[in-house]
Order: sequence, then C-alpha cells, then structure tokens
Amino acid sequence: MTTATLDPVRIRREFPTLDQSVNGHPLVYLDNAATSQKPRAVLDALGAYYENDNSNVHRGIHELSRRATVAYEESRAKVASWVGATEPAEIVWTRGTTEAINLVSTAWGLNNVREGDEILISVLEHHSNIIPWQLLAQRTGAVIKYIEIDDQGRWVLEDLSDLLTDRTKVVAISHVSNALGTVNPVKEVAAAAHEVGALVLVDGAQGAVHIKVNVQDLGVDCYAFSGHKMCGPTGIGALWARRDLLDSMEPYQGGGEMIHLVEREMSTWAKVPHKFEAGTPNIAGAIGMGAAIDFLSEVGMDAIARHERDLLAYALERVSAVGGVRIYGPESLEEHSALISFTLGDAHPHDIATILDSEGIAVRAGHHCAQLAMKHFGISATARASIYLYNTEDDIDRLAEGLEQVRSIFA
Amino acid sequence: METPQLSSLYQQLILEHYRNPRNKGELEGTSVEIHMANPICGDEVRLQLRIQAGQIEEAKFVGQGCSISQAAISMMTTLLHGCSLADAKILAECFTRMMHGDPDAAEDKRLKNLRALQGVSKFPVRIKCALIGFDALQEALKTHAKEDES
Repeated sequence: MTTATLDPVRIRREFPTLDQSVNGHPLVYLDNAATSQKPRAVLDALGAYYENDNSNVHRGIHELSRRATVAYEESRAKVASWVGATEPAEIVWTRGTTEAINLVSTAWGLNNVREGDEILISVLEHHSNIIPWQLLAQRTGAVIKYIEIDDQGRWVLEDLSDLLTDRTKVVAISHVSNALGTVNPVKEVAAAAHEVGALVLVDGAQGAVHIKVNVQDLGVDCYAFSGHKMCGPTGIGALWARRDLLDSMEPYQGGGEMIHLVEREMSTWAKVPHKFEAGTPNIAGAIGMGAAIDFLSEVGMDAIARHERDLLAYALERVSAVGGVRIYGPESLEEHSALISFTLGDAHPHDIATILDSEGIAVRAGHHCAQLAMKHFGISATARASIYLYNTEDDIDRLAEGLEQVRSIFA
Repeated sequence: METPQLSSLYQQLILEHYRNPRNKGELEGTSVEIHMANPICGDEVRLQLRIQAGQIEEAKFVGQGCSISQAAISMMTTLLHGCSLADAKILAECFTRMMHGDPDAAEDKRLKNLRALQGVSKFPVRIKCALIGFDALQEALKTHAKEDES
C-alpha cells in the first residue's frame, strides 16, 4: 500500500469517458455514487476476454474454456481478498448488491424466518435493502423494525438493546448511506446483533468503493457489493458470506452449473459458491471487476481515502458558502463519506440538476432510492454530488459556480 | 447536437407559476380525482375535477415536484375552467404532441400560455415532468367516461 498522495489529474487520463465536453463544457462527473466511470484497464480486460478467451466456464474441455475459467476464478480470488474473505469460495457472483441481498433474504430468509420473528433494518437504507426484507416479511409473517436516524442522518442507537430481541433473526444495514453519505457504525451494531443470535447482512454498495473493507474485522455474516460503483462493469457484483452459512443455505435459483447430480425426483447441489450460481454467469463482468480491483489496489485505497476526504472537506466548504444551500448528513468528516446531499432554496433538485447539466456537470437529483430517509427530513428529494478518485478541486469550483447560476435563475 | 438554451426552459412565466401555483388545494364536490406519481423522480400530482353536464366546472390540484411539473399543472388548470370534456381531451393531446416535438402542435393557439413550456421538449429527460399533469388529466377524462357509462 502506497503512502504517496494521489494525483487526480494523472488518474483522470486513465478514464476515457471523462475526456469529453457535455453541453459545450468539459464534463464534470459528480454522480459517482450512482455509478463510477471505468478506467482503460477495465475496458481493456473486457475487450481482451471477448477477443481472445471468450468461452463458457467450468464446462468445456478445450483451451478457451480453460483460459476463461482461470481468469474468472482468479477474479473471484481477487474479490475475496479485497474484502478479507477466508477463501474464494465465500464469494458468490451476483448481478450486483441488489441480487446479493435478495439471495440472502430468499435462500436463507425463507428457511430461517418464521411468523412473529423480527427483521431489523434502518430508515437510512437504500430500497434494495428494504424491499427484499418487506417481501420476506410478507411471505413469512415476520415483523420489520427500524433503527431511526437523527438530524444529521446518523443512526440513533441509544435504544438498540430494545430493538434487538430474542426474536430478531436478521439485521440488514448499510455500511455507507448512498443518500446522505453517513458512514455507519456497522461493527458496533453487528456485535450487539450477534449477542441475540441474529444474522448480520451489510449492504456494502457504497462501502467497498471507498473504504478498505475487512469483513472479519467488521464481524458481520454477509457483505453485498457491486462492481460498477468501484470502476468495474455493470451487471456484476458479489455476495461475501461465511462459508458455514453458505454451506447451510438452500440454492437461490435452479439451473445449470449449480447441480451435482440430477435425478428425476430430486437432485443434489454443487459445492459453494457454484450452488448459488445457476446458469452461465457474467464472465466478462467478473473478469472486469477483478481488473477494477487491480486498478484500485495499484492506486492504493489509503491514498484514495485521503484524496476523497480532502476533496469532501473542500466541497463542503465551497457548497455551503452558496446562499440558500442546506446540506444533509453528518457534520463530522469522520462520519461522512465522499458525497454531499443538499437542497438550494426553493429550487427543486431536478431543476438544480438540469441547470448543472447545462454547464456540463453531472449530479443526481431525487430521493436516491431512499424515500424513508427523505421522509425523515420532510423532503422528497435532494441534489447529490458524489466524489471519486478522479475528481479535482477544479470540479468542485465548477460545481459551486453552477450552483450560483441556479441561485440567479431561482432568485 | 445543438446545446439547448436554459433560458428556453426557465421562462419567467414558468417560474412565476412554480412560485405562485394557481388552483392549488382541495376541491369541493369533486367528480373525479386522479393521483399520479413518477417514482423515478418523485414528481407527484393529485388532480381533482368537478364536472357538470359535459363541462369541467373547476379543476384543482395538490402536488409536489420540480418547477416544470408544478408550473405545467398550474397553467393547465387555468385553461380547464369552463372547458368541455372534448376540448380538455384535445388540449391534453395537443400539449403531449408539442412535448414530443410536433411543430404544428406548438403553433396551436388553443394551448395559449402553455406554449411557454415548448422549450421543455428540447430537454428529453424533463419531458415527463411537463406531462405528468396532462397524463393525470387524460386518466381523469377516461375514468369519468367509464363512470358515466356504468
């Protein structure tokens, strides 16, 4: 791990998408929490796979299939070490975080959650970590309970011991809020949840992107994350879960790849992780996610974290100086990941985003799939500028200038 | 592609309706009410019509959302008072065609000050904002016609 500081101007050159004009202005991309741009190394890995090695995995006897399988499984090993898994078999490929959560809520949930049991989530969750549990509750008769948030969008944990009971079967919480940027005290809640014997699943869609994750240190049971938010392709993600948990779980989907022996009445399943990987997987995506991990490791997660923290501090200063801006989320930088969620006077966030877009600045506007968090603040939407390793102070200056234009139109 | 001008989007008339929406609030004696929401962006409208003898006597709405969606609904309601159901349908269809870039529709004088919203058609991701109120109107007219039949 390098201790050198990161040079965003040099890094930008690795991302072809960033080198373009939008609406007559050089692109400023600040919608990284939705999806990150992809470095050339990832694009090249996808191209090389399709041009040289394209073949199905774990099936063919031929050379191409062997190469594809090796690359695919090497990527799994990279993802495993990226989050501190004990072995590559603890990584199940999925389409992304959403599918990883649905896998657990279905394959584990339907066999372990009964009527009257409790599921604990937080109002800060992305819909992808709410709806799967609501579906499970509907199917089983379980009850959903919520960790509330304070006026800075942080979990209120004073009454955690009341929220966790001997009926609590699962605690499903996000590592970092996509809507407000809150870095959540997952480790603390996981420890308390385990005391009542609950399973702990973490939505890491915004976590593994910015933070060097170690699932052993976090002390959780499942960690779900996506490739596309961390420089990888869309349509690929992973579920990390403890080996014994995966071994005990029933399959999620049935099909090829996930079987051991197929009989007329009943079949037997392949070993983990293949038991959960029915059908031809997203081979190129998996290889691309491995390439993304190589890229991020090369830059260094410590350097990325430092860069993001410095740029966030600068952005908070510049954006809050714009008249009428209200920023939602933690005040402390330690608890605040690399995004700013804000409103500006009576300009609706959609209007903010359109005006910024006309200046070539990409931000997100809306409820960010976190309607419960929005409701907590009595708003329906915010504008969100989210930072990644290739953003610069110049990007933030452009954002601040764009916001002045919003002010002049809605003055 | 030519860069569309912001000034064509944020005209004073639109901003004025956004800040001071007309006919906002609950309607007494509602004949038909339609709730419409765009789950992607959170724009929301509840349109209420009081209909008497084939004519819209009064139209009101409750809603929240961006300047384009709320101004379009506000401007729409001002044209609905005293409007026949047939003309209301023509208005909604004509406005929808204008949003999809039909130059003839944009010339149609029946749209009156709604033509200020023509610039929205140059901003593809915002067209649905302008249309949400008119989608609600079309739905309301259909619902009313069905109820009339039964």
